[in-house]
Amino acid sequence: MSDSNIIPKWLSVGVIPLMNLFLAFCVSGLFIFFIGENPFRAIFVMIKGAFYYPGAIGYTLYYTTNFIFTGLAVALAFHARLFNIGGEGQAYVGGLGVGLVCLIFDQHVVGFLVTILAILGSVIFGAIWGIIPGYLQAKRGSHIVITTIMFNFIAAALMVYLLVNIIIEPGQMSPETRDFASGVGLVQIHILAKYLGLEMAMSPLNLSFIVALTVSVGFWFLVWRTKFGYEVRSLGHSETAAIYAGIKVSSTIIIVMAISGGLAGLVAINELLGVHNKLLLGFTAGYGFTGIAVALMGRNHPVGIFLASLLFGALYQGGTELDFEFSSITREMVLLIQGLIILFSGALAYMLNPLVERIYIKYYGNYNNA
Amino acid sequence: MKNTENRGGNEAIASLPPSTESAIELKNITKRFGHVVANSDVNLKVRTGTIHGIVGENGAGKSTLMNILFGLYKPDSGMIFLNGQAVDVNSPEKSIALGIGMVHQHFMLVPTFTVLENAMLGNEGSMLLRSGEEVVLDRLKGLSNNYGLDVDFEAIISDTPVGMQQRVEILKALNRGAKILILDEPTGVLTPQETIGLFDILRSLREQGVTIILITHKLKEIMSITDTVSVMRGGKVVADFSTEKTSPEELAENMVGRKVLLSIKKPTLKVGKSVLEVKNVSHESKDGVLVLKNISFDLKEGEILGIAGVAGNGQSELLDILSGIETLQRGQITVNDKTILPFQDWNSKKAREFGVAHVPEDRHKRGLVLPFHNYENSILGYHRNEDYSSGFLMDKRKILNFVDELVENFDVRPRSSSISSGKLSGGNQQKLVLAREIESNPNILLVGQPTRGVDIGAIERIYEDLMKLKSKGTAILLVSVELDEIMSLSDRIVVMNQGTIVGETNSSNATELDLGKMMSGLEQV
Repeated sequence: MSDSNIIPKWLSVGVIPLMNLFLAFCVSGLFIFFIGENPFRAIFVMIKGAFYYPGAIGYTLYYTTNFIFTGLAVALAFHARLFNIGGEGQAYVGGLGVGLVCLIFDQHVVGFLVTILAILGSVIFGAIWGIIPGYLQAKRGSHIVITTIMFNFIAAALMVYLLVNIIIEPGQMSPETRDFASGVGLVQIHILAKYLGLEMAMSPLNLSFIVALTVSVGFWFLVWRTKFGYEVRSLGHSETAAIYAGIKVSSTIIIVMAISGGLAGLVAINELLGVHNKLLLGFTAGYGFTGIAVALMGRNHPVGIFLASLLFGALYQGGTELDFEFSSITREMVLLIQGLIILFSGALAYMLNPLVERIYIKYYGNYNNA
Repeated sequence: MKNTENRGGNEAIASLPPSTESAIELKNITKRFGHVVANSDVNLKVRTGTIHGIVGENGAGKSTLMNILFGLYKPDSGMIFLNGQAVDVNSPEKSIALGIGMVHQHFMLVPTFTVLENAMLGNEGSMLLRSGEEVVLDRLKGLSNNYGLDVDFEAIISDTPVGMQQRVEILKALNRGAKILILDEPTGVLTPQETIGLFDILRSLREQGVTIILITHKLKEIMSITDTVSVMRGGKVVADFSTEKTSPEELAENMVGRKVLLSIKKPTLKVGKSVLEVKNVSHESKDGVLVLKNISFDLKEGEILGIAGVAGNGQSELLDILSGIETLQRGQITVNDKTILPFQDWNSKKAREFGVAHVPEDRHKRGLVLPFHNYENSILGYHRNEDYSSGFLMDKRKILNFVDELVENFDVRPRSSSISSGKLSGGNQQKLVLAREIESNPNILLVGQPTRGVDIGAIERIYEDLMKLKSKGTAILLVSVELDEIMSLSDRIVVMNQGTIVGETNSSNATELDLGKMMSGLEQV
């Protein structure tokens, strides 16, 4: 992913992604037009659904939280030029960590402590699910893309087995654990606001959002301010140069995958500790996969990832509203719009560069040359 | 300043005798990439049946110009005339059809094909391969005899020496009817003897009316074979000369734009104690090929030991082992009285701790992380050093101070800490790598190809820096395929061929011919 040398950064990082986004919405609008709806009304409904209605922003930010975690997970791996497709599985197994900690300790230990342990559990379990493919890549040369995809399937099968046969609440039909004890979990923001005397509409937004923001800052610090981050980026840009610099390639890969898996695992705290209060089947709902698009769009930088997460959060939330409002627009339509955004800002991210370059040179080229 | 240069160039062109029989004439060729002007208003005239040299530093626009002539790039403005006719060369196919052949610096051959199959590629002679082969073989044999292009048509390319591969490239071009031959840095991979052979071929081609354009940075070659020479600088042709009326000094001055010292003052220095001892080192590559066989030598303080040899004879592997990139398999190395045994924990990090610095042969792959900023590259390999970091964290302010000093002291241009190193010119990249390694205060410096792809101005500077380091008592191991460089810098020279040391000599009584013989494995000393 090389950036153009010719156009300045504000164009390549600021304007071009917005143009890509605009194109994606234009094409989406065409589709909506073809099925007989008014695209402008649709976009209006989506924006209102994502930001305007009571609690809408809370929902949007709640989805955003998930995307920040998975986006950062993919981005960190990508800094070491590892394509971690396994965010979904790592998040899922992270949930197992949360579930096990809560189920084992919540009857005996004070809720606050269990919550802390559960957060650690999500990170550690997610990390383990990242370490194994990382180890296989580093020591055995098994390609990380293949192994992480396989580990998504293994995670899914494992969770079905555990939730159906082992940790299901006895006497229950649906594959879920019992509820965690009250006092365990991350407080939802609207409840917190009430304590502070503020009135907020109900939404699943919880303290995980604050965790996500903190982790984003930590991510920036780790990648651009620490020796480890320096080594990761060296490795990502040039393995030969990294070896020359005496950087241990295999251990760096394993550690990166551990942190990456741990970041993905944090999805579980938002979903399980923040909302469901129990471990249940399929709570990851594709967030891990969308994280790839988020990282791509956010250019592996926490600020970009936050913005991309916000966009996808708004799409998720606004999309639900779209589904409600129009009989002919279904959930699948929302997936289509997401797909188009991924297509235009991911796969076709550099499509507009030559055009912008030409226009830029035409108007500013001589100035720069002098 | 730029204007006067331009004027000088035009005057020089005007002073050449007018010729009606120019094989190639380029008129006012301009080519821009974005806002970078690679060729600006270039005029070039090459008479039929002559050898014309083009010299210039990296980035002077030589390759761009030749790629335009070969149809790989389209010029933004300007015209190309072949034998007086204006032509539109818009693709390599067109260019070949017009009789232009190009021998690239890196050969474009199919390694698993035979010499014949490669030479006939692009002009197979017939629909069916079998009957085509007969036709082509006849023709090729004729060409080969005519021009002394000695090849073995049955041999598989990957088994043949580079000298022969190059002859196959020339044959290929001739087979496709080339009357104009462009050779891009043809001698980079050849031994002195092979170079002499190539020049004989070029002379006989010239005698039979083939026009040759020779791109090189070796002024000695320009002087020995060309009839006329153009000097390029900053995308322009700044001067044209008749070769017999110019001198290497004049050419160098025109290339750089100022006077250049081509000779090196070697400090006379008593060598100290031995700091690097290599004993019976052998190494097997990943494919199981024995690439180093029983290498032994030692290196003393204040000494420069040159390792001469044609590229690919084990020098790279030797550097890799000494610098800790490769594991030592057999033999023993002693670095500053510390002994490394086979399969011991030996890596680049440890090598640096032992005082071994390394300027790698390939600065793009090894020496630099190209997308990194200069300040990030200035500590590559030394980033764990407490000078630039505390605990887990990097100290950006200290690194910035350090790199500012580095680019100032070693004349890295532009003097920027934040430009990404990939955007520097080859010479400045090399200066940055060398600066970093010298600043680590090594007592052994391993240097691989210090001036590969580096312009003359920077070469001068790099030699100076190496000499300064030597006078501080640092032991320097110099690996280079440039024989001139080895001969002028080293105190002692060992020659490698096929993974063994075939000879050792004192640099003061070494001659290029003797070394060349050893390099080709003909003579053991």
